[in-house]
Amino acid sequence: MGFSIYDFSDFINNIHAFLSETFSPVAGNIIGMVIVAACFLGFIALLGLSLVYIERKVCALFQQRLGPMRVGKWGTAQTVADIIKLIFKEPLMTKDSDKFLFNLAPFIVMIAPVMAISLIPFSKGLQAVDFDIGIFYIVAVSSIGVTGILLAGWSSNNKYSLIGAMRSGAQIVSYELSVILSLLTIVVLSGSLQLSVIVESQREGWWIFRGHIPAIIAFIIFIVASTAESNRGPFDMAEAESELTAGFHTEYSGIKFAYFFLAEYVNMFIIAAVGATIFFGGWMPLHIGNIEFFNNAMDLIPPVIWFFMKVSAIIFLLMWFKWTFPRLRIDQMLTLEWKYLLPLNIMNILLMSIVVLTDFHF
Amino acid sequence: MEEVAQNIETQEYFINMGPQHPSTHGVLRLMLTLDGEIIKKVEPHLGFIHRSIEKMCEKDSYQQVVHLTDRMDYLGCHINNEAVCLTVEKGLELEVPERVKVIRTIISELTRLSSHQLWWGVMGMDLGAITTFLYGFRDREMITDIFEETCGARLTMNYNVPGGLMFDIHPNFQNRTKQFLEHFKKKLPEYDELLTGNVIFTERTKGIGYLSKEDAISYGVTGPSGRASGFSCDVRKKNPYSAYDRVDFKEILFMEGDCFARYQARIAEMWESMKIIEQLIDNIPEGEYKAKTKAVIKLPPGEYYQRVETPRGELGVYIISDNKKNPYRVKFRSPGFSNLSALDKMARGFKIADLVAIMSTLDLVIPDIDR
Repeated sequence: MGFSIYDFSDFINNIHAFLSETFSPVAGNIIGMVIVAACFLGFIALLGLSLVYIERKVCALFQQRLGPMRVGKWGTAQTVADIIKLIFKEPLMTKDSDKFLFNLAPFIVMIAPVMAISLIPFSKGLQAVDFDIGIFYIVAVSSIGVTGILLAGWSSNNKYSLIGAMRSGAQIVSYELSVILSLLTIVVLSGSLQLSVIVESQREGWWIFRGHIPAIIAFIIFIVASTAESNRGPFDMAEAESELTAGFHTEYSGIKFAYFFLAEYVNMFIIAAVGATIFFGGWMPLHIGNIEFFNNAMDLIPPVIWFFMKVSAIIFLLMWFKWTFPRLRIDQMLTLEWKYLLPLNIMNILLMSIVVLTDFHF
Repeated sequence: MEEVAQNIETQEYFINMGPQHPSTHGVLRLMLTLDGEIIKKVEPHLGFIHRSIEKMCEKDSYQQVVHLTDRMDYLGCHINNEAVCLTVEKGLELEVPERVKVIRTIISELTRLSSHQLWWGVMGMDLGAITTFLYGFRDREMITDIFEETCGARLTMNYNVPGGLMFDIHPNFQNRTKQFLEHFKKKLPEYDELLTGNVIFTERTKGIGYLSKEDAISYGVTGPSGRASGFSCDVRKKNPYSAYDRVDFKEILFMEGDCFARYQARIAEMWESMKIIEQLIDNIPEGEYKAKTKAVIKLPPGEYYQRVETPRGELGVYIISDNKKNPYRVKFRSPGFSNLSALDKMARGFKIADLVAIMSTLDLVIPDIDR
């Protein structure tokens, strides 16, 4: 079938052709979609399992302990055991909660990352959908999640949940601006919203190096703002277990709670993947200008490995934040966004435009 | 726009924080009246862990009363025991051996250190930095190991008896304590790195939960919380007991009266505690570890009062005796109770997140409040 770890496009095209020939073109298309959807569901499940385990191990590393060690070798089966426990738990519900919205909320929270993940270019040719407005689409669907959080808080009939949800609403709506603007800074440089084109444009070198000062500022803002958008520490205002017990998911138990939990980790993956794609070249190996020898050596490492290496590095950075910093207060957090990050971001876009116009980048 | 804002009807609402809540550290119930996230009123409701210790003391002998005090402020249990023993010794007019005084002082200061270490960890956790909790516990572990070896228990040590100590110190005690001091002197600056210098932490604590010196005095806020408001109330200085009259240490005073000052006061107090232990650890006099007492202690009729400095503040023990083998009435003036009373004063006008910080810097131990 012409499989190559360096370029998946032939492989994918061959499968597509095979399906179209065996069945009718329409049926082939539908079967292809189902296969892709199944692959993504499997991938998300695997992602959730492994990220929870990694988070616990990384957290243990920072806290000078071992983390899960008992279930399986080095505790690798711990998350599986946890998930089985969550599935068999009774789904509790408060008496006067809005049952329909209460049950709907976890799914809405989950829909957002699932919709966004289809646009991530994992490797050359390994991308489910390639819109020409890719970044716009990711930003748009990732804001659906806040609706789920607000619904969860509202329908729980619990004041802590409501406060958590309202905080979360204020937080996500504000920090979305910074995420969008920091991504647009790089779009100004690359000249396209399409993710595959953005990756391809970094063949000469990653944007974070070529875009120098404005690109680095944009990356820092992106990391801060997207941590806040995904409700992770030090911006986990919506959960804030020491203030609001568990925030918007206080009343959730069993598998519905697991959905919130899973959504957080998939969101984290998407942040890291988008960050890696926009700033660090996605699956593109590390290239330095025209040094042939170095570039060829780097090309030997398969692109999919490059992609996951970059994503892991950013995920590690996000976990590092979470387990080091104290939590901000809600008003301080909004001040940070509206008084510092947003003006800085707008200035940064202006700076980047000047850099692009004067061709002052590598 | 402003017109619209004026026409929206808002309403204050109340919320129960506790008795089951992660940051009340026990079964304290706070009834908060809130306007949005801003606190209008804090009403503590007590009684969830009331075990009527004072009443139980009335049927127990004086040796047994000591045991009950472990269960009040469990993080400063050695100091609680010491307070009762000092009161009983005062009543008996009993002079305890020098060795006992010095050992009591050393273990008291170790208790204070371990309590402050735990407080530091919990303070970080309350503000969302969970890692600090584990760091605090890591260093506290060494102290509990020392206690385990010498006293036989890790938390409720019960090492004091009226007239002296339960038994002599373990031969390893001095060495291990010195090892701990060496270890902790390197680790305490790490605490500063993790929290004190952190921008988020200082933003969360500076100017939050202000308590003036006058209020601290009128509410009876003692201990590091009171001293952070400039209220000089260290019983170890004002009314020295055991071996505190012969050691050189500073009374930590801060004038700011906010959460950050209370935080700094405790960190500084840890340095002072280490200084006290260092002065005494090599100079433990030889001698008996217990003065001779009768098997059944009977205090002469009268009233006896002794106060000591626990990690949380001033603990007073008041005993009325009617010449029986059990006290007629025992009253504990617990520091947590008075400190909690100032919470409403400090928290008004701040946000829910600030309330957590304020409670954390008051270092509340609920069984101490609800005896």
